[in-house]
Amino acid sequence: MISKDEILHVAALANLKFEDSEVDSFVSQLDKIVNMESKLSSVDTTGVEPTYNMGDTNTVFREDKGIRTQTREQMLENVPETDNNLIKVPTIVDKEDDE
Amino acid sequence: MDIKKETIASLHDKLVNKDVTAEELANDAINKINANEKKLNTFITVNDKAPEAAKKIDEDGIKGPLSGIPIAFKDNIVTNGIKTTAASKILYNFMPVYSATVLEKLEAAGAVDIGKTNLDEFAMGSSTETSYFDTTVNPWDLSRVPGGSSGGSAAAVAAGEVVAALGTDTGGSIRQPAAFNGIFGIKPTYGRVSRWGVIAFASSLDQVGVLSKRVEDSATVLSAMAGHDDHDSTSSEKPVPDYRADLSKDMSGVKIAVPKEFWHEGTHPEVLENVNKALDAYKKMGATVDEVSLPSLKHAVEVYYVLASSEASSNLQRYDGVRYGFRAKDVKNIKDLFVKSRSEGFGDEVKRRIMLGTFALSAGAYDAYFKKAAEVRTLFINEMNDVLKDYDLIMGPSTTTPAFKIGEKVDDPLAMYMNDILTIPANLAGLPAASVPAGLADGLPVGLQIIGRPFDEQSVFNAAYALQEENKFYEKIPTALKGED
Repeated sequence: MISKDEILHVAALANLKFEDSEVDSFVSQLDKIVNMESKLSSVDTTGVEPTYNMGDTNTVFREDKGIRTQTREQMLENVPETDNNLIKVPTIVDKEDDE
Repeated sequence: MDIKKETIASLHDKLVNKDVTAEELANDAINKINANEKKLNTFITVNDKAPEAAKKIDEDGIKGPLSGIPIAFKDNIVTNGIKTTAASKILYNFMPVYSATVLEKLEAAGAVDIGKTNLDEFAMGSSTETSYFDTTVNPWDLSRVPGGSSGGSAAAVAAGEVVAALGTDTGGSIRQPAAFNGIFGIKPTYGRVSRWGVIAFASSLDQVGVLSKRVEDSATVLSAMAGHDDHDSTSSEKPVPDYRADLSKDMSGVKIAVPKEFWHEGTHPEVLENVNKALDAYKKMGATVDEVSLPSLKHAVEVYYVLASSEASSNLQRYDGVRYGFRAKDVKNIKDLFVKSRSEGFGDEVKRRIMLGTFALSAGAYDAYFKKAAEVRTLFINEMNDVLKDYDLIMGPSTTTPAFKIGEKVDDPLAMYMNDILTIPANLAGLPAASVPAGLADGLPVGLQIIGRPFDEQSVFNAAYALQEENKFYEKIPTALKGED
């Protein structure tokens, strides 16, 4: 059983916030899904290596040479707010943090 | 022109003989899409510049088989200068400044990008209902889903808007909509096609593939877009065959394995009847069909939803409202900007997956969920590969039921997830897999799933082609479109 507190903790880790009105339905849905996933514990995997990656290539090397990709202007085209060709964001360090 | 009756080769002949121009084909496609759009909603963005690009191809002269052929792209494949949204509010205004390798390769082969098709938000779903831009509808029955997540691509092909469309498949997102729409769809081997420029969902499972009415058309498109790409280190350096030229319907001596676990208890009886009919047809063609067992299959959905969600939670960290896409207003500080942009920008299903993944990767749950699922994945890969040591192909139904009703499962995530049980295995093991029409159940299309050995797409194409030539399903017109043309 996954608790509401656990869900709120995971939401904080994921940079997500839920309205009070939607938390309970999320908790019950996630509980059902996690419960389904818990059935994995019944499988004996002693000595089995996990598979995290697929593909038949490992480390790939290329010549240490500069290549042209996008220009600065192109890279900034999709930025919601810019100022003087820089990305504009709200306060990063709160005043309280400074004190 | 009725595109439903055409193939890439027949259109190519018409272009070469100047019976039609590429510009006319592009305009025809756009008119057809616009005429259907209110009813089917297959596209998020139609490429208004397509006729112009096609005109240039006419002027330069028709060259290879794809020259001047309109093709649709799922809207999680980035296209330089054409809005790419992944059907999410968080990318509602995203205008890429580069193109995916698959798009560049197909355009280099002369294909014309006709526009961007609808999907479940970030390809997370099995019905296209989680799209921020409304659901796509099934052309066989307007009250039913087209499947997902490549539902827009599948419905666009079934409705004759395009001969072929690209999709992506992480847990069945090409094969299940192909089955629901009565068309062919193939997910190639993991690593066969570059994922560069494809909006990431689960990087160890995602693969780009093709949907088309005819098997031979997907063969043509896959050969043109497969191969190694310096931008994707998981893309294979193995040479790419000419699948179309090597297409053969000779099934004599082909060994087919049928996992008994694919005969899932909840499977619709008419689905099984159609699949059995197809297997009988293969036997008559000289193939052998044996029952095998994949005991770990019962855990496939569990493994998939742990791993896919974990990878998704990591891949989707980049959406924070800073550099592109949706940015929330009225925020106090940068943390608030992240949280609000993500909470307002992602839909419920995407949030569920991010939450599941973040949970599975969190301290305390990592070993029991993420690592455990990765271990069971290994067992499952070994089981699949053991079967493929003795058999050329694994077959079964593509889905447990034909297309379900719009709204039927959207509020029950678990029911929606179980829907993927038959398609997930090929993704977990990285194997090539296709769905080819097998017949109708209650008037709705049923797909036969064909899974092959790694990088043996050819055998998958061949078996699908053999069945296509036997049942000629492509002659059937989707019920809801009858009497139109």
